[in-house]
Amino acid sequence: MKVGKAKADNRATWIRVAVLASAVGALEIACRVGWVPATMVIAPSAMVKALIETLQSDDIGAHLQQTLSAVAIAMGLSIVGGFLIGFVLHWVPFLRRAFNPFLAAYYAIPHFAFYPLLIVIFGLGPAPLIVLATLFAMVAMIVATMAGLDRVPRVLLKTARMHRLSLLEEIWRIRLPAAAPHLLSGVKLAVAYSFIGVIAGEFILSTSGIGHEIAYAYDNFDNPRMYALILFVLAIVTCFNMAVYAYERRLARRRGA
Amino acid sequence: MTAAAPRLAAVPSEAAPKVHARLDGVTRVYPPRAGHGEVHALGPISFDLRAGEFFSVVGPSGCGKSTLLDVLAGLAVPSAGSVEFEGKPVRGEVPDGVGVVFQEDASFPWLTVEDNVAFGLRRAGVDAAESRRRVDFAVGFMGLKDFRRAYPSQLSGGMRQRVCIARTLVMQPRLILLDEPFGALDQQTRLLMGDELLRLWRETSATVLLITHALDEANLLSDRIGVMSARPGRFIDIVETGWPRERDSRLAERPDFGAVTSRLWSYLRGESLRALGQGSAAR
Amino acid sequence: MVSLRSWRDPLLVAISLVALWQVLHELAGDVAVTAPAPTLAHLWEMIGQARFLPHLRETGLAFLQALAIACGGGVLIGLVLGGHKLSGEVAEPILVGLYSIPKITLYPVILLLFGLGMPAKVAFGALHGIIPVVLFTMNAVRNVNRTYLRAGRAMRLTPLQTGWHILVPATLPEIFSGLRIGFSLTLLGTMLGELFASQRGLGFLLMTAIDLHDVKTILAIAVLISTFAIIANAALLAIDKRLHRGAAPEGAGKP
Repeated sequence: MKVGKAKADNRATWIRVAVLASAVGALEIACRVGWVPATMVIAPSAMVKALIETLQSDDIGAHLQQTLSAVAIAMGLSIVGGFLIGFVLHWVPFLRRAFNPFLAAYYAIPHFAFYPLLIVIFGLGPAPLIVLATLFAMVAMIVATMAGLDRVPRVLLKTARMHRLSLLEEIWRIRLPAAAPHLLSGVKLAVAYSFIGVIAGEFILSTSGIGHEIAYAYDNFDNPRMYALILFVLAIVTCFNMAVYAYERRLARRRGA
Repeated sequence: MTAAAPRLAAVPSEAAPKVHARLDGVTRVYPPRAGHGEVHALGPISFDLRAGEFFSVVGPSGCGKSTLLDVLAGLAVPSAGSVEFEGKPVRGEVPDGVGVVFQEDASFPWLTVEDNVAFGLRRAGVDAAESRRRVDFAVGFMGLKDFRRAYPSQLSGGMRQRVCIARTLVMQPRLILLDEPFGALDQQTRLLMGDELLRLWRETSATVLLITHALDEANLLSDRIGVMSARPGRFIDIVETGWPRERDSRLAERPDFGAVTSRLWSYLRGESLRALGQGSAAR
Repeated sequence: MVSLRSWRDPLLVAISLVALWQVLHELAGDVAVTAPAPTLAHLWEMIGQARFLPHLRETGLAFLQALAIACGGGVLIGLVLGGHKLSGEVAEPILVGLYSIPKITLYPVILLLFGLGMPAKVAFGALHGIIPVVLFTMNAVRNVNRTYLRAGRAMRLTPLQTGWHILVPATLPEIFSGLRIGFSLTLLGTMLGELFASQRGLGFLLMTAIDLHDVKTILAIAVLISTFAIIANAALLAIDKRLHRGAAPEGAGKP
């Protein structure tokens, strides 16, 4: 039965690769033949070529560094902050009751409406972007932390009392490992949302960074550079997400979750 | 292991059975909550648990059996009355020397079988060599030798429950409390686990209190069986089985075995009907 | 009593948020944060002006069209992918991957394909909203308890009856959850589309206000959009909860 499932998984993977590959191939042909004008979409091979050229140019490094460091800081802040806040909300029922409706509505608010405000408060520069991305990503971590801690089975806590664990030991040795799968999906979301927050912010309002470079290339009808950078961002984000996903899968397989 | 020797000597003095744990006028009342008023779940209950005996508690569902175990283990505080274990009061904390096995699967999914079993040892300050010895013994005793490095998710429900029993066993408890540990298992597995439980009881000479809803199981395993009434649970009677210490599931073939089960059922039929009525009235 | 309690705490937070807003204003001054009362007054005044309405209608129309595409298309695709196991397995990782990329980077592509204006906004809003709807619908169909279907067969229901009396009620709560999330993300996508290279709509007003450094207008529009989002979401959440009350209990069917 397990073997059968693995085989089915494999088959789906192959079909998926084939579908994606033929989509790229079809686009390539459509562009080469001229069905799709180069002013709209350029051929995938041209995108890759442009990407290599762009990465070799000197000016891209600074933008890259700015974007990635902003993402890294936002990621760190949102994961740590989100965990701590989620933990406090889990332990203090009053706060939790009070904040629940806002947590539920949080992702309904278009955050970018508040972006100008952040610029006014934090000035132009990387700070408002980092704050924006952190605020955007943190709530996912808060919600995941609360969900994880809520779902720790009561019987495990009883077991902790049977072994007379102190509160800290109980948290460290029972609650956190039991909540780990939820925490990890929170981390996964925080990673994705940090990228989205930073790049979207750069795109709309910044004067530097990868997001801005894409918008700038669009404004200047520089399609090769634009597609190269889009491809680059999507590749980086997808790699990052896949790495987290793979780690999660490994953990889940072991725990049979 | 050193602690086991003096106890082995103490048990045979059957003339005056030593009291191992005592419940005196214990009641448990849950405060009123949204939707319903105060719930009187248990008691008053008074009884002595004799050192080294195998005691089972049977009763209709919802009669407070698990509450009784929680109170005895120090996992819940009685609303009135007192609990003693080895002469010392129990209040809100699990005393040293008491091990509990729960009805639900309490194995830690993030630890291997081995690490699950060893969980309490490091904390109790047992040194590494002694830890390994005890884990080896418990793992072997519960038939988990081939699964030491497996994770609970790779085991069946019965195997996971064995992990939990082994984890309790390594702490060398003098009183083992079992809360319907085989509730989720099929009948054949239950019978086998029952035999293992008897073997464990004989070899460790610990006192065992078992909560169960299966009358045959209680009959087969126990020296004495406490029969509880519908909520609020009290003992209607405590039945002495008089079975020999060396016994296993073949006991069920004895002609007088059925008589004890019948007696338990005659007590419980009315109570179970009452519990059913309460249940539907509450809804 | 219960309803009073459930209203009290959020109300308390709403009040403290306004208080926080006031404190921010005291700290930062009018240059950064205008006070709540004048901002709300300004919002009221803006809504009353005739030149505001076309912008509101533009955004509203773009949002509604995007929402219709996201919900209709999402449910349809989700039903197909949920019903056909292999297609679902092939598509799921691609969808999850799309869900977690910064879709804003694709906006220039959409602008090139659809041109500036309404269609691009609608497409971008729908692109944001459709993925959660597909994912939730797919899972809803996949997770229909097979026992219900067997019970239906045992009761000799026709396929139509099975669909109406078993499949619809069994999948509806989950699908609705997807629609709720799709609603929020469609709004986000539509707004994002208006912030970049747009000539009409609330997003355009917001960008104009940013260029003019008109903090009062920025805040007024942000408050307007957020209030709409929160109230709509609360309403959808309430319906969601009602639907889930009749759904299978969490963890049912698992050991």
